[in-house]
Amino acid sequence: MTGVAAGPAGAGPAAGRRRTRRIGAGLAAAGLVAAAAFGAAAGPAAARFTFGEGAGGAGITLPGRAGAVGFGLLAVAAGALLCGPRPPRRAAALGVGVVAVLLSFLCWQVAQAPPGQNFLPLGSTLRGTFLLALPLVYGALAGVLCERSGIVNVAIEGQLLAGAFAGALVGTVTGSPWAGLVAAALGGVLLSALLAVFAIRYLVDQVVLGIVVNLLAIGLTGFLYEALMQPDQARYNEPPKFAEWSLGPLADLPVLGPALGRGTLFLYLAAIAVPATAYALGRTRWGLRTRAVGEHPGAADTLGVRVRRLRYLNVLLAGAVAGVGGASYTLVSFSFSKDMIGGKGFIALAALIFGRWTPTGALLAALFFGFADQVQTYLGTVESAIPTEFLQMLPYLATILAVAGLVGRVRAPAADGKPYLGR
Amino acid sequence: MTANRDDAPPAGTPTGTSGAPDPAPAEGFGRRFLRHAWSANPVTVTALALLLALAVGGVLAVLADPAARAAYGYLLDRPGDALGRTGAVLGGAYGSLARGALLDPAVLGRWWDGAATWQQVLYPISETLAYATPLILTGLAVALAFRGGLFNIGAQGQATLGVLGAGLAGILLPLPAGLHLVAAVAAGALGGAAWGWVAGQLKARTGAHEVITTIMLNYVAFALLTWVIHQPGVQDPARTDLVSRPVAGGAQLPRLSGPELRWDVGLLVALAATAGVAWLLRRSTAGFALRVVGANPDAARTAGIGVGGTYVLVMALAGGLAGLGGGQMVLGATASALTPAVVAQIGFDGILVALLGRVRPWGVVAAALLFGALRAGGNAMQSVSGVSLELVTVLQALIVLFIAAPALVRALFGLRRAAAGGPAATLARGW
Repeated sequence: MTGVAAGPAGAGPAAGRRRTRRIGAGLAAAGLVAAAAFGAAAGPAAARFTFGEGAGGAGITLPGRAGAVGFGLLAVAAGALLCGPRPPRRAAALGVGVVAVLLSFLCWQVAQAPPGQNFLPLGSTLRGTFLLALPLVYGALAGVLCERSGIVNVAIEGQLLAGAFAGALVGTVTGSPWAGLVAAALGGVLLSALLAVFAIRYLVDQVVLGIVVNLLAIGLTGFLYEALMQPDQARYNEPPKFAEWSLGPLADLPVLGPALGRGTLFLYLAAIAVPATAYALGRTRWGLRTRAVGEHPGAADTLGVRVRRLRYLNVLLAGAVAGVGGASYTLVSFSFSKDMIGGKGFIALAALIFGRWTPTGALLAALFFGFADQVQTYLGTVESAIPTEFLQMLPYLATILAVAGLVGRVRAPAADGKPYLGR
Repeated sequence: MTANRDDAPPAGTPTGTSGAPDPAPAEGFGRRFLRHAWSANPVTVTALALLLALAVGGVLAVLADPAARAAYGYLLDRPGDALGRTGAVLGGAYGSLARGALLDPAVLGRWWDGAATWQQVLYPISETLAYATPLILTGLAVALAFRGGLFNIGAQGQATLGVLGAGLAGILLPLPAGLHLVAAVAAGALGGAAWGWVAGQLKARTGAHEVITTIMLNYVAFALLTWVIHQPGVQDPARTDLVSRPVAGGAQLPRLSGPELRWDVGLLVALAATAGVAWLLRRSTAGFALRVVGANPDAARTAGIGVGGTYVLVMALAGGLAGLGGGQMVLGATASALTPAVVAQIGFDGILVALLGRVRPWGVVAAALLFGALRAGGNAMQSVSGVSLELVTVLQALIVLFIAAPALVRALFGLRRAAAGGPAATLARGW
């Protein structure tokens, strides 16, 4: 962060200890609240967590109240450990604590569901989480590629939309999902090219530019939708779908099977793209140069890295990735409709920031946000009293807490958003 | 810097073509005028950006017309067909846009003959002003924060809170007519100010970048609005979809002239707010502190100006302005009940309006009028000549894109550099 106001308290070991204690205290408090409130609210009914996709099959049955209280106390314990004299690794304890609070919440919700519905199928929950997170993963990955080389990418929404549109149009006209996929990537690249030229060559403020590019994408695709697709859906907007592939025995695994063993091309592409990007950023020449250009372009230039060329490359690459992400809408389940991304691009941006500008972090953040989304759906089916709107806020609130330094410190690449005036 | 010899030129005021060279004053005046007019000064760049955007939009409109596409298919055989159809499409689209935004000569003629009312003559311009009103306020919200060195992407969220505050006050408070309106408008401004205050506090206390926090707060505000609408007492009991009970009549902004035209008192509020912001920036101590912080926070701190406090103040003020704009959406002529879509895009459009208005208060008014005109004209364009309203979105985005890249416009038209250095590049700071 380049904030001119003083950042969160210094970075010395004492400050780190203080923050660890503060997080521990917060976690313990959350656990206590969970144990008390969820425990009290959860009826005596049992909460059953099945491993498959339905009510049947293997599973675990917990008494609702005991489960809610127990997981709450687990979070309290994790928090207490963090406050203690010899704290464990913060990320690990925090992870255990947050998951425990979530499970406590779920125990309550599952137990209070109408009779006969007191079960949560873990398999389909995880599957839904992955499906909902998929566009976020592509979007956030596009953000990583751009921002690690120093170009702010607020235009993820527009890139996804361009991909979705191009995929639907070309896919329908050619009748081939593969052609649609290529076109979607090209659509994203085209929009990204606009971003790149105006940001790198004409030095337009990149946040402004992102907003304008989003608007342009919404306007253009909306205009073309009304001009071409609406009058003749059959000819322009009935894209062919990628079939779902099953990975044989892997698909039958409990819990993980439905999510990872069965999926379309987009799931497997993402499963390759995330580790590949993480590896490339960390271990290859391109990655080192990208990070250098994003942190200190002047130094990179001195060592002979073509700063602007590398930025062009990365922004265009990001466009291709986001374009493919957009196609995961139109080449799997829906035909194109106006403004169909509906803000997912900004959740992807949140995932990018929450994931601290790393591919793995972005993946985890996207999965977390996807899970929040999936839980909303679940709560709707069990007629929960929890307003889904508050779950909708979760990704955004989590990101605000993260950038405010309340959970950990997130720091953007140092040169992110600063145009380079050299070569 | 080629033109730096004298400081006599009509700085920044030339309006393109009206430069009738006057032979009397000095032989060089006309040429000097042209030389300055054809440089990258803000007025010329804005005009050319508009022209470029209209050109690109025209290409799209022609492409979208099946008859024109067909005519271009046999262009070489009968070029007249293609060119004629192109002219017809462009004339139809942009003609109806102008008639829907400013004045329809045909209606004027009928009014002259006594066959139309003056309200019908003024209808297009009143629509333009009605669309411009909330944009003036959200544009000011973005521009004011900009001057204080903050990029307020959150006008949308602040306007959403403004809608919430104004709407709830208008629906729930049992107050007499005039007082009710004042209370509702104030509640809207306060709601927006609170939302801006949060972002300001986050920036001042923790250094969290306002671009990130305000983007996130936009979506939090939207979810909050949706939640509030379906609460008992707020939701319209007769409806199952997300619509609230209507705002009480006594809390609605009175129209300026009868029920036929949609302009209302909100326009006067917006203009008063503009004058207020202009005064604040130019004449007040707080405005001076704000500008210093915007120009150089380190220098401000050294000079003893509380940077954090200024950030909080700026964001709260900006939020209040956006909140007023939101209030306009639910208390004015646009809608009189809360729905998830009631805020429309006024916050995001406000960003574009602020940039187009060069982050100056009266510039924002001018830019909001242009956007209002495009929107009002776009409605006419869609209904009369069947060109999608989405074209207006494209035009708006393109105008701002070209404005933001004066170097591109300069290169395309071979403009000279402006004497005063041209429009300053927008601030480029990143996260």
